[in-house]
Amino acid sequence: MARTALCKTNRRLSTYFHPIPRCCTIRACPQEVPMAVTFTLNGKSTTVEVDPQMPLLWVLRDTLNMTGTKFGCGMALCGACTVHINGEATRSCITPISSVSGKKVTTIEGLSTDASHPVQRAWIEEDVPQCGYCQSGQIMSAVALLSKKPSPTDADIDDAMSGNICRCGTYQRIRKAIHRAASLQAAK
Amino acid sequence: MADRFALDRREFLKTGVTAGTAVLVGFRLSAEAHSDDPAQGQEKPRVNPFDAWVRITPDNRVTLIMGKSEMGQGIMTALPMILAEELCLNWTQVTVEQAPTNPKVYDHGTGGSGSVAGSWLPLRRAGAAAREMLITAAATKWNVNRDTCVAKDGGVLHGARKNFLTYGELVPAASNLPIPDLKTVPLKNSSDFTVVGHDTHRFEGKAKANGSAKFGIDSRVPGMQYAVIARCPVFGGKVKSFDAAKTKQVPGVRDVLTIEAVGKGAFTAGGVVVLADNSWAAIKGREALKIEWDEGPTASESSETLRQQFLANASKPGKAVRNDGDADAAFRGATKKIDAVYEFPFAPHATMEPMNCTVHIRQDSAEAWVPTQAPQWAQDIIVKVSGLPPESVRVNTTLMGGAFGRRYQADFVMEAAQVAKATGKPVMVLWTREDDMQHDFYRPASYHKMQGAIGSDGKIAAWKHFQTSTSIDAMWGDKGEAEAENSEFGTASFIPYQTPNYRVEYTLAKSGVPRAWWRSVEHSSSGFVVESFADELALLAGSDPLEFRLAMIGGDREIPDFGNPKEGKPLRTARQKAVLKLAAEKAGWGTPLPKGTARGIASYFSFESYTACVAEVTIKDRTVKVNRLVYAVDCGRAINPNGVRAQVESAAIYALSAMLYDAITIKGGRVEQANFNDYNMPRMPETPLTEVYVVNSAEEPTGIGEPGLPVVAAAVCNALYALTGKRFRRLPIQAEDLA
Repeated sequence: MARTALCKTNRRLSTYFHPIPRCCTIRACPQEVPMAVTFTLNGKSTTVEVDPQMPLLWVLRDTLNMTGTKFGCGMALCGACTVHINGEATRSCITPISSVSGKKVTTIEGLSTDASHPVQRAWIEEDVPQCGYCQSGQIMSAVALLSKKPSPTDADIDDAMSGNICRCGTYQRIRKAIHRAASLQAAK
Repeated sequence: MADRFALDRREFLKTGVTAGTAVLVGFRLSAEAHSDDPAQGQEKPRVNPFDAWVRITPDNRVTLIMGKSEMGQGIMTALPMILAEELCLNWTQVTVEQAPTNPKVYDHGTGGSGSVAGSWLPLRRAGAAAREMLITAAATKWNVNRDTCVAKDGGVLHGARKNFLTYGELVPAASNLPIPDLKTVPLKNSSDFTVVGHDTHRFEGKAKANGSAKFGIDSRVPGMQYAVIARCPVFGGKVKSFDAAKTKQVPGVRDVLTIEAVGKGAFTAGGVVVLADNSWAAIKGREALKIEWDEGPTASESSETLRQQFLANASKPGKAVRNDGDADAAFRGATKKIDAVYEFPFAPHATMEPMNCTVHIRQDSAEAWVPTQAPQWAQDIIVKVSGLPPESVRVNTTLMGGAFGRRYQADFVMEAAQVAKATGKPVMVLWTREDDMQHDFYRPASYHKMQGAIGSDGKIAAWKHFQTSTSIDAMWGDKGEAEAENSEFGTASFIPYQTPNYRVEYTLAKSGVPRAWWRSVEHSSSGFVVESFADELALLAGSDPLEFRLAMIGGDREIPDFGNPKEGKPLRTARQKAVLKLAAEKAGWGTPLPKGTARGIASYFSFESYTACVAEVTIKDRTVKVNRLVYAVDCGRAINPNGVRAQVESAAIYALSAMLYDAITIKGGRVEQANFNDYNMPRMPETPLTEVYVVNSAEEPTGIGEPGLPVVAAAVCNALYALTGKRFRRLPIQAEDLA
């Protein structure tokens, strides 16, 4: 759901797929000053003091050193940066940190401490990862899908996963792993 | 080179200071060393050199210190499996450590689909040597004949006495024993293999499922800065002037500096560097730069000017690369003949992890964290830039978020070394997707003019292959443009199809666009050309494409690697025919298909492995849909068949990307594409069902990371011909071609 907002500083229209931004991310806005943002990260209340336009991706990776969420394109085209915001799969690379204030963010590190989440188990059992770089994002998209559709069809999988690129081409195994994870979850 | 190790080995047997007593078995073997030709290994130390150590410590851990880089190809699994086999271990008892660079001990380099092939024998020998030492230590301890002791489950067993000691318990005694001669140490009988040849889960699978796997881009060093570089978008261009006033106002930006372009040895663009506290500030800082570029001499190059050059080159004879008989005369005299032109654009690697490198150069030492296929090259560069001796420069090879040949380069290392040298602080040079797309070393663009004739006997009377391309070797080869053709044909200069009149010609096309090794290198284009043209000749001959191929390959024989007769393994026609037949059988070649669906077949020899593929395709809404790919692959003994299948599944998608999606095009001396919106690739809905049948073989292992690729475009286009009667010779296939 794309929304648009006018950036007061640069007077340019900026389009987002996620909640209303305070300022556009297209051009540098040197006037922006660091601001405290509090949100729930993997169940813990977290406060960061950063440029409010800084995308959640870079806050996670560079400010909080949580590197499981990956940078792929910076334009919400590849899905490597996918996290959950209030349970919705969201591209963190275009999500200004200010927009997650008060929200619940879950990253790959928050799924489980020991790779025991059914989706992670399925990923390991089907030997999905090759280089593995995109897989945090793939897994987060798959978890979001399964939370809405516990027994997804192939068409559901096509639909939910088409925003995630895998250059190693592990799609066939991802599909199998999602079906396996669905069975694992059903058996719980 | 094994002998050279033997002279050194005593120093490796001593008790480690920090690790405690350990059995260490090391060897220094080049990929060619098992040919027992001492001259070969010395001449080509950089091709696929491999070094490894086996370390067994008293806490019963067995560690493979791996001199190869994991880029997704599964080497972190396959190599320890080989070791575990000879050591009679459950392979999960083996851990893997990435070897540091140490030019005295290691000479890394991961490429050419050669890691398993080059490591197979050396690793078996290392594992066997350690096993024999441990058995001797146990027999001595128990005072029994060593022939009554066996290695089993990570220890040594004396069955009759029911004595068992773990390897860890035996280490103190074993570490004082001499290492057996690696050339004569007894290797396990392959019929006793319990690890090799069995489907095995990926060593680092868990770390890649929970986000803990560390790629280069995940390197974090206290006090580090993030650097983003503004490079001239035109290849070969330079900074004329710049204004960083606005950049310096961006919160988090710490510094702005320039670095020089570096030519051969790195091929960097140079540019304006923005250093910041975080990646975002660096990216924003770069956006705020005002730069005037000197675009340099290639600013007028475009895909169109390159095509004009191709056409001009193709209108004249090229340099004869191979000439059997008289292909021109045979073609002129033939009645059944065909001309065809095949074209390829530049192709980017587009690894999911953009290029990056973290370097810290201090007064007396340096350390780097590099996602690289070539750690030794990285070290050499940092040594050169820092002025430090090699032993003071430590390179940590990280996991790679894809490589496909891109990370055999060291341009990003050079940039990071230059910035680190200038600042004295730890720095990560981070490339954005746009940087990565526009400053790659691309698969060459090429143009192939084919001429073929079928004689009255139904056989191939003439096969002429003229190619003009932006050669890799023109840029990287020792002899440069003088032998530009060396990197451009591969198996296209020794096709398995018999013909008395076979001519291969080449003309270099000049370009300012950087080129290098892209997954399957020259085979990516030559496989398409040869296997499409073979199909064209089959139809000209009025034969079934499978039957024609089998007939034209003919009897069982060995065909020498034309471009590399000394080192390259010959093509064995029996294996080529076997994969063709297997793929055809599994795909149901010749059986009816639903209306609107057609099959095509292709088979190719690359990286000493044999692949065949049958594609089933449909066209819907002017879009090619590949429904199914059925592969047969023969890569010798498959260490981890699960990993072999994964590599082939992967190569299939990589191939489909370049044949059905976007091209890299040049305009104004620069790349027109920037991100995944204008360079798209297959996604989940476009993924065909891929079946991979691995030939059960006892031959020496050969490559598999790349050989799955060259057959795909040909199999798909041959199927499209069967479906539409139209021949697709220009990749990627455009919507208008399908109209």
